[in-house]
Amino acid sequence: MSDAMERLDRRALDRRALLKGLGMVGAAAALSPLAPRTATAADKLVVGVIYVGPRDDYGYNQAQAQAAAAMKKLPGVTVVEQEKVPETTDVQKTMGSMIEQDGATLLFPTSFGYFDPHILKLAEKYPKVRFAHCGGLWTEGKHPKNVGSYFGYIDECQYLNGVVAGHASKTKKLGFIAAKPIPQVLRNINAFTLGARSVDPKITTQLIITGDWSLPVKEAEAANSLIDQGADVLTCHVDSPKVVVETAERRKIFVCGYHANQAALAPTGYLTGAEWSWTTPYTTHVKDAMAGKPMVNFLRGGLKDGFVKLSSYGKAVSEPARKQADAVKAEMVKGEYVIFKGPLKDNAGKTVIDAGVRQKQTDVVLEQMGYLVEGVVGKV
Amino acid sequence: MPALSGRLGRAAEALAIPLGALAVALAVFGLFMAVLQHNPLEVYALIYQGAFASPFAWQNTLTRAAPLVLTALCVALPAQAGLMVIGGEGALVLGGLAAAVVGHLLIGAAPLTVKVAMAGAGMLMGALWIALAGALRHYRGVNETISSLLLTYVAIALFNHVVEGPLRDPASLNKPSTKPIGAAGMLGSLPGLDVHWGLAFGAIFSLAAWVLVRRTTWGFGLRVMGGNVRAARLAGLPVGRLLLAACALGGAAAGLAGMVEVAAVHGSANASLAAGYGYAGILVAFIARQNPLAVVPVAVLLGGISASGGMLQRRLDLPDATVLVLQGVAFMLILASETLYGRLSVFRGADAP
Repeated sequence: MSDAMERLDRRALDRRALLKGLGMVGAAAALSPLAPRTATAADKLVVGVIYVGPRDDYGYNQAQAQAAAAMKKLPGVTVVEQEKVPETTDVQKTMGSMIEQDGATLLFPTSFGYFDPHILKLAEKYPKVRFAHCGGLWTEGKHPKNVGSYFGYIDECQYLNGVVAGHASKTKKLGFIAAKPIPQVLRNINAFTLGARSVDPKITTQLIITGDWSLPVKEAEAANSLIDQGADVLTCHVDSPKVVVETAERRKIFVCGYHANQAALAPTGYLTGAEWSWTTPYTTHVKDAMAGKPMVNFLRGGLKDGFVKLSSYGKAVSEPARKQADAVKAEMVKGEYVIFKGPLKDNAGKTVIDAGVRQKQTDVVLEQMGYLVEGVVGKV
Repeated sequence: MPALSGRLGRAAEALAIPLGALAVALAVFGLFMAVLQHNPLEVYALIYQGAFASPFAWQNTLTRAAPLVLTALCVALPAQAGLMVIGGEGALVLGGLAAAVVGHLLIGAAPLTVKVAMAGAGMLMGALWIALAGALRHYRGVNETISSLLLTYVAIALFNHVVEGPLRDPASLNKPSTKPIGAAGMLGSLPGLDVHWGLAFGAIFSLAAWVLVRRTTWGFGLRVMGGNVRAARLAGLPVGRLLLAACALGGAAAGLAGMVEVAAVHGSANASLAAGYGYAGILVAFIARQNPLAVVPVAVLLGGISASGGMLQRRLDLPDATVLVLQGVAFMLILASETLYGRLSVFRGADAP
């Protein structure tokens, strides 16, 4: 029976499969009592991963799912996953189910909105379970010790996206489709624009804000409208860049990816992309949990630490573009490059960073960004 | 087997037909799982384990059911007057917003005062919103199904604008929210359970709605109107007032659901309020055949399916859509089984034709 109960790959509907399945009903009926598989095993670490959208969205969730898949390969680790969990009591009950029903002791609830109040509430109820959250600002003294936040300085890759886009653009107009005007997103828009303007200061980035994380129809409309206005390289910060990338490819312009690798969706127009590399923080948390070491509560890193990576360059990326991007990347990997440094003006002409001030990646001021730099056409 | 008769027969029929449809649905779903090479019996065991097998599973199911009872009433109450209102989501988010604003303004007041004021604000806001769709119908002849749906989009846009703009708490950086309501405004869990008060509110609201609709003259007038508006007018019933009141009551239920989301879950109003409870409520109301009391078990059923969906995902690595297949099959069959009412001889007593 254990053989028959092993999960098999989803197969096409055919008669043989149907008969086989029906046969299993008979076999299982004959062999009672029923014992549904449990995820719990005494000596294994059970890790629960929760996604706000589908795992195969070519975006935010897929980037997390790739790390979860890597965790499955570690010895002594069992991973349970649940997708499309909204930021309501639903996620509280999902975390609870993983703990109570599956025996999970390390959770990765990956959506930003899971943090307050959901994770904080569950962390208080289950003090022995570790909650590793993506993107939150864990604060000493304010948040419990069994909660941690991990995040990456992906604006480094967006800067490099900008450099490559700046070289590829002929119209000197770039397009950026963003979900919400919040600090994380503004930082990416600004880094992308600064990167492009390091190539040619005449370049501008036209910004469209859609209003929510996953609005495929609006994203397609925004992409088309940007292209109609003359933009010839697009990028975005929405949960799933799929629609933006596909639209750009269909309209025969260039595109830079975000979250995960979308090269497969735009074989000709995909220049490069800013990707997460979550396997690094996941591995840290899993290893610490297995060794019984205290949790790292505040985990951040950029290119240097392997938290983010750049998609391999597409065919359309020119030699000078590669050269300049690689040179900046090398400095970033050494930890010497500063993206946000004075004098820096916003797009209304106000100085936002004074001359001589250098805001390094670890500077938390950057996590509270509220402006758009010079060259961005749009409003917060 | 002797035929059942009268009220008993009808009650047995109302119970047996949907349960029979559910059994058939589970069989069909089992077949579907078998085709995908999963053992149907194991799947059934997991569904039961995920939704009903333990106190934890029950609380999971009930927590998911709680908001659906209230949003289903937003459909079922106007339906008594013959209206098809599907805009509960809009009433929910705006009700939640009103409750959050009032809750924040009243920081420092006595806990009970804050809670009552929040509930009042949420219900009033929801009532006004759905009454707007009712008024468009009554005074301007605008189809209330379309207008209530479109009003939902307006409500969510308005909500997002206010939450991300004028009412945004500057401290909520990456998730724009209104200012928090404070501890006194928070609704805890039901005593001894890990289920919030929304469940009790829903049960009480649904019982009250049932009594109002089925046991009062006012409710009788409402149902006469639902049966035939012209006849109701001829009989001298105040059709306009009944219509607006039915819409307002339904909207109040959805607004209360929004208040509960703010007071029991989020502590402020933010985009997570628009989680689709309003839309799921439409489904619940239809399966409950617009009966205000029947929405409770139907909501529990839907909550259970959703709770067990997680179990199927985690244990069998099935996609989230699996549980939507079960839900779709079950609800199609339950709706289709409505054609069987009055046709099965076993339930047909002396009063049948």
